[in-house]
Amino acid sequence: MSPADTKMVGTKMADVSTGIPPERASPATAVETPFRRFLSDYTESPVAVVAFVALVLILLIAIFAPVISPQNPYDLAVIDIMDSRLAPGETNFAGDMTYVLGTDDQGRDMLSAIFYGLRISLGVGVASGVIALSLGLVIGLTAAYFGGKVDTLIMRTVDLQLSFPAILVALILVAVLGRGVDKIIIALVVVQWAYYTRTVRASALVERRKEYVEAATCLGLGTRHILFRHMLPNVLPPLIVVGTVQVAHAIALEATLSFLGIGLPITEPSLGLLISNGFDYMLSGKYWISFFPGVALLITIVTINLVGDRLRDVLNPRLQK
Amino acid sequence: MSVFIIRRLLQASLVILVMSLLVFFGVNVIGNPVDILINPDFTQEQREAAIRALGLHLPIHEQYFVFLKNAVQGDLGISFVFGEPALKLIVQRMPATLELAFAALFLSIVVGIPLGVYAGLHPESIAGRTIMGASILGFSLPTFWVGIMMIMLFAVMLGWLPSTGRGDTVEVLGIHVSFLTWDGLRHLFMPALNLALLKMSLVIRLARAGTREVMHQDYVKFARAKGLSRRRVVLVHVLKNIMIPVVTILGLELGSLIAFSVVTETVFAWPGMGKLIIDSIQLLDRPVVVAYLMIIVFMFVTINLVVDVLYSLLDPRVRLQDLKE
Repeated sequence: MSPADTKMVGTKMADVSTGIPPERASPATAVETPFRRFLSDYTESPVAVVAFVALVLILLIAIFAPVISPQNPYDLAVIDIMDSRLAPGETNFAGDMTYVLGTDDQGRDMLSAIFYGLRISLGVGVASGVIALSLGLVIGLTAAYFGGKVDTLIMRTVDLQLSFPAILVALILVAVLGRGVDKIIIALVVVQWAYYTRTVRASALVERRKEYVEAATCLGLGTRHILFRHMLPNVLPPLIVVGTVQVAHAIALEATLSFLGIGLPITEPSLGLLISNGFDYMLSGKYWISFFPGVALLITIVTINLVGDRLRDVLNPRLQK
Repeated sequence: MSVFIIRRLLQASLVILVMSLLVFFGVNVIGNPVDILINPDFTQEQREAAIRALGLHLPIHEQYFVFLKNAVQGDLGISFVFGEPALKLIVQRMPATLELAFAALFLSIVVGIPLGVYAGLHPESIAGRTIMGASILGFSLPTFWVGIMMIMLFAVMLGWLPSTGRGDTVEVLGIHVSFLTWDGLRHLFMPALNLALLKMSLVIRLARAGTREVMHQDYVKFARAKGLSRRRVVLVHVLKNIMIPVVTILGLELGSLIAFSVVTETVFAWPGMGKLIIDSIQLLDRPVVVAYLMIIVFMFVTINLVVDVLYSLLDPRVRLQDLKE
């Protein structure tokens, strides 16, 4: 995925430097496919390109955390209590390793802890996003296709839930369900499904009136077939935009809950838990235990939001020339 | 009008009833109250007696009706940790939370509107762009981390402001408030600013969008053609017109400020309702948790109801459309 992208980015950059619009610059080289057009629209914003590259890097770090981390921060045989609360840049007790971002109260390398934390934070955020998206798709399509009482019931529930702030809904669920990875994911799914459902329903209502759905109905195709084979691909673009923004929200919400001590259990040290852990040492001036995981969290959320913003601009048909 | 209000009241009661069902069955079916409420060292007889005393031998739906009957009478159970009525504990801490929420609301208006109007008047200037960039950051930054960084900067490194508690309070009409003493104000500033950041970003965006729209309206052109100073046009004609959306949105957001105060109160050890609920969840103090959730749902439904009714007064179309359905 990434080599092709960088190539596209590269050609686009060249176009910009010569000052020739991309459409006219390459009439012979490529047939314009929807994907190519999307790519050239997206790369018009340099900030969005940087954000995308950063996001890919973050994802790679999260996936390969065990390989690239200087130490396994949760292997008790590796960490040394003599190294606890070292400032960034200090070397360890044995003298063979430098802690670039310092160590926490257990003598754990913060850089490695952040890599592992990123993995958990992103994992929980993406998992809840995917589940909520699928749920929102099915419920939203159902509401739009059947209309009437079903639609009213579903949308009233959505309105009701959206009238409460996400943190409150999550708080109620955590209070009722208790702690644990599965429970946090359930809470995040419940918080998010309404946004997806509303988006899917709105765009599906527009699609339903189009001729291809009528044609499919005349051909005698089944309800499920029309819903999932014909309407689904057409409601995906707005959903992708909502999805990126929601994943960022989910990650921030999980971090908040974990910081409050009612999120993930201590066995799953996400970025929020790392920040919470460092908060106890903040007043004695040992800022790095909280500061760096927070910066990692911040960069993650901001890059996802920037990519989402750009996707919204590119995929929004109203803004297209 | 009265039909509309009655319908909305019925809807609101239904929401509260549904939430009470969810919270009650959530706590009592998913968690086992016998394990949580009763000392495991009890003998079998003591255990039986305790179950009877708590009404846990009744079928679940009858338990719910008992809970509902008590709740209507203001009895939401007794805290395990404090040994006091849960409702009383929450009401005691409510002024601190409300003070924080209103201080945050005040800050977000006082800071947000001038910045937003400026950014709207000069959208292409460096300052205008910086303000918008900062507001995007305000949306992205997690509240709790900003709070921690504020403590690090202003309390630990610079030592300007205290980082925890309410400071000296003054009793006004039987309620303790911080904002009337210098020490209390110093304690209030950081948490209020922390809580306000998100809403401030929102106000900046609303004010900017409003200003840009209003500046092109005929009455602004007319005011300028009449020879009014730019200052007067902005301060009177523009400001008045952008206030409508800002005030309505902020009214709706008051509830979310109270909900978000959970985070700020935990960071700054502010002794409000939010801190109480987090402590109670961790200590498995179920009566307090249930009472807090019921009270906050009640508050939200009330705020939404009031906003709905006010809307229908301002804009009769809302009410007519509702009746047609």
